[in-house]
Amino acid sequence: MNFFTIETGNGFWTPIVWIVAIIIAFLIMYTLRTFGKKTYNKDNEQVKSFLSGNPEYTKEQMHIKASNLYWGFTKSMNGFYKILKKMHTGNASDYVLWFVIILAIFLLVEVI
Amino acid sequence: MNIPNYAPALIVAVPLLGAFLTPLIGRINDKLRNIFVILILGINSIIVGLLAYNIFTKSTTGSPKIWTYVFGGKQEVTSPVVRIMFEVDAMSIFMAIIASILLFVVVIYSWAFMKENTGLDKYYTLILLLASGMLGMMLTGDMFNFFVFLEITSISSAALVAFWTHKGESVEAGFKYILVSTIGALFVLFAIAILYGQYDALNIAVLSNAIQYTFLDKVALILLIAALAMKAGLVPLHMWLPDSYSRAPATVTVALVGATLASLYGVLRIVFTLYGNTLEVITKQIEFLNADILVSNMIGWFVIVLAICSIIVGVMMALRQTDFKRLIAFAAVAEIGYMFLGIGTKLASVGFDTTNSIIHAEYGITALEGGIFHIINDALDVGLLFLVAGAIYYTTKNWSLNEMGGLARNMKYTTIFFAIGLLAVAGMPPFNGFASKLMIYESTFQLNPILAIVAILCSILILATFVKVFHSAFMGPALPKFKDVKEVPKSMLFAMGIIACIIIFIGLFPNIMLENIVRPAAEALTNNAQYLKMVIGVI
Amino acid sequence: MIYNIPYIAVVCLILVGLYALIFKRNLIKMIIGVTLIESGVNLFLITLGYRKGSIAPIYTNSPGGIMALPVPQALTLTSIVIGVAVLALMLSLVIHIYRHYGTLDVKKVGRLKE
Repeated sequence: MNFFTIETGNGFWTPIVWIVAIIIAFLIMYTLRTFGKKTYNKDNEQVKSFLSGNPEYTKEQMHIKASNLYWGFTKSMNGFYKILKKMHTGNASDYVLWFVIILAIFLLVEVI
Repeated sequence: MNIPNYAPALIVAVPLLGAFLTPLIGRINDKLRNIFVILILGINSIIVGLLAYNIFTKSTTGSPKIWTYVFGGKQEVTSPVVRIMFEVDAMSIFMAIIASILLFVVVIYSWAFMKENTGLDKYYTLILLLASGMLGMMLTGDMFNFFVFLEITSISSAALVAFWTHKGESVEAGFKYILVSTIGALFVLFAIAILYGQYDALNIAVLSNAIQYTFLDKVALILLIAALAMKAGLVPLHMWLPDSYSRAPATVTVALVGATLASLYGVLRIVFTLYGNTLEVITKQIEFLNADILVSNMIGWFVIVLAICSIIVGVMMALRQTDFKRLIAFAAVAEIGYMFLGIGTKLASVGFDTTNSIIHAEYGITALEGGIFHIINDALDVGLLFLVAGAIYYTTKNWSLNEMGGLARNMKYTTIFFAIGLLAVAGMPPFNGFASKLMIYESTFQLNPILAIVAILCSILILATFVKVFHSAFMGPALPKFKDVKEVPKSMLFAMGIIACIIIFIGLFPNIMLENIVRPAAEALTNNAQYLKMVIGVI
Repeated sequence: MIYNIPYIAVVCLILVGLYALIFKRNLIKMIIGVTLIESGVNLFLITLGYRKGSIAPIYTNSPGGIMALPVPQALTLTSIVIGVAVLALMLSLVIHIYRHYGTLDVKKVGRLKE
């Protein structure tokens, strides 16, 4: 019995070959990295972070919080999110109302 | 090895006995009670494993085995079937394996996680009752018995969701959960009463033999599918799911995932076994199109539309949450959508050929296998993510993602487990999520290309969501308020490690799972005649 | 026609129960709605077992004749017991909710939308 590949109707997938390919790619990358310079000078300006000349703030102010991370995505899909927010009310009677609506649609389509 | 005939009854009875003995042992010592509960669930898992090994190895004639057990009295099947029977085929024991793994890991994890709470006797009793209810729902062969175990599961899990009674939100989430569960279960009882009134039988095999597709049968089918899909979390009936999953303790959430999957098993059993003979034969005349459509196609397309809505709504809502567990709960809603997509594709792939006989398209079986394989993958991945969320709550005592950061320096092993869970749930190679999602993508593409495109895009969005969580909780500079946060205790790491090892094993060798466990389960589900032969053929 | 009246009563009970669940805002009234639906389903189960001109299905010292079906009566007893347990759980949760929030309005209790 074949341990390694699964076959869907139209293709196959072998995880071991993928891992071997990733390891070979990693080895190539590592050898290329060792061609670089190994020594550097501490205690001068080389180890500080560069923010285009702006001063560096404290660690807590630099960390991007979770609600601001995907700002572009949520702002552009704002219309869609308004509809979704109106659906999720948190009201317990709305849950039963959705159940009755889906039951009515299903009964109308299938039975009649 | 030979196990006795009453093994399915033992699987349900051993946790029940343990549930009644736990408060007595809890009066003596606390550690003894924890060890007793782990022992009970360990014995249960061993019995499930032995029964699974017995069922999955084929018999000498090459046909799959089904294990029946008649309750009370002699092991014979009389002509009007009057006794309750447990009928265990490959699909039932597959779900029982998933439930046993999840419950065993939960009990090991809650040794350290729940240590500073009081009232732990009631907690362990309710977990054992929930185990008994879930396993009974998966092994039974009788409709009213299914309803009774469904109610046992929902009552014990509602009491567990409201476990932290000092917070108002947990109690309110428990109230919403029991309200929605009771409505669903009452409509299931209504449909069972309709079927009983017509055919005078409660056994699934006897009903499946005798069903003609009258008007009342159609109403019963619709009621059963809608009520059980509400308990499984299909959009737009899903809204109780984020509230209950996010406000319960983390171990209770993992046990609730098992209860949700048991309701999904109920939908599979009803659509494929109870109505299996009639769905592919009866056609319906549509006047304005002047064509005959099979009923199987109509129900299949309805389920596919709801599944696509479920994937899109789940992923979109997950992207903007800031509460850790609520985000994972919305991702779990999206994953349920993938499973329903597999089921719907199988139902919609039946057609006529030129000689006007029924053919099944080849991609239907692949879709059903992908959906069933995704059940075990999703249970393990989402379980691991919820356990990591519990570990972070244990050390930092808040849920909100806005106030965390830089925890990877203190908690190294938890970060590795979260990275494994992140890649697995988003369907990245080489973990197990990719194997089942590949089968779903390839088979739904042949039905309609739009379905596969939506599924792949939403997989990428799930990856984006969890990368956001990984960055804001684990990466970043070390915040001074988390300076003395240590790693979580060893029992929690051990529990998370068990699930991570199973995920990596299934990911590297997917064919072991697919050939030996998933393919017999899918074949047993669609092979209606074999299920009936154990009851009708004996008579 | 007179034998259809229990079925019409079942439908009316379920519709009144669904109305109380969807359109009323007090939590206690919603629990009463659940109880009405449960009573309707139990009535439906018992009505299925009636045969015309039958007597109660008790075996000892029976005067003979057709008996009504006993199986739906057993199912209904199980269902009533399950209903009592669920009702007790829901009412105790409502007591806790009232102690925390001070109000029983479902719109004010369900916070954390989104």
